Amino acid sequence: MPEPLKFTYDINGENFASAGEASMQIKKELRSLGFAPETIRRVSIAMYEGEINMVIHAGGGVAEVLVCPEKIEITLTDHGPGIPDIDLAMQEGYSTAPDAIRSIGFGAGMGLPNMKKYTDEMIIESEVQKGTKVFMRVDVK
Amino acid sequence: MKIEVVKQLLGAQVVCGEEHLDTDVFSACGSDMMSDVLAYVKDQAVLLTGLVNEQVIRTAAMMDMKCIVFVRNKRPTPQMVDLAECNGIVVMTSPLRMFEACGKLYEGGLNRDGATDA
Repeated sequence: MPEPLKFTYDINGENFASAGEASMQIKKELRSLGFAPETIRRVSIAMYEGEINMVIHAGGGVAEVLVCPEKIEITLTDHGPGIPDIDLAMQEGYSTAPDAIRSIGFGAGMGLPNMKKYTDEMIIESEVQKGTKVFMRVDVK
Repeated sequence: MKIEVVKQLLGAQVVCGEEHLDTDVFSACGSDMMSDVLAYVKDQAVLLTGLVNEQVIRTAAMMDMKCIVFVRNKRPTPQMVDLAECNGIVVMTSPLRMFEACGKLYEGGLNRDGATDA
């Protein structure tokens, strides 16, 4: 893999049942590229939580994944309502998801904390009523 | 513990993945909250849940889990079964309630000793 590989996915915000398809796809790509299971698990869980967030809160968005031998970078961009208080959103258990989302197993306020936990770096840029960009980096150990 | 033993302890019926019943599993997780599964599971190979939707299968796949048990006789949809088959996950359904199902597996030896920091 001399050149970094780039994968881009449109995340459909209309259909909750399909949320996670892009993360499943990345998991397969990384497996075929021969990355260690632990690295694959960290990347796919972080991206999966991000994908779910984009579907729940932002009506979908775009996921870009850059795969290098030493690191994997995920950038999630949406044009949703934005996050007014990022520190508050980062607290475990804090959630603004509607009850309907909780009844299908998400919205426990663990998404962003999980994303941070499984990655080596996470940067959130958000502007209210404009959208949110989440950058995550997983180092290959 | 073999998945076959999980099936026997829970009086479960296999929906798909019969060919993987010989696989060994070392720990389990019982939850209806998928974000909690994604947060706390280490090397937990069996997921017990009362939640029935496609995200249950995707969550298990992301965590490299080997077996999903739906409690209280809940049945997965054909789309969920297809997704599980693509990922080599055994799916079964048990008449037991969550508490009882977890208790039987714990008593049968699928306890904390099996969890690793993988």
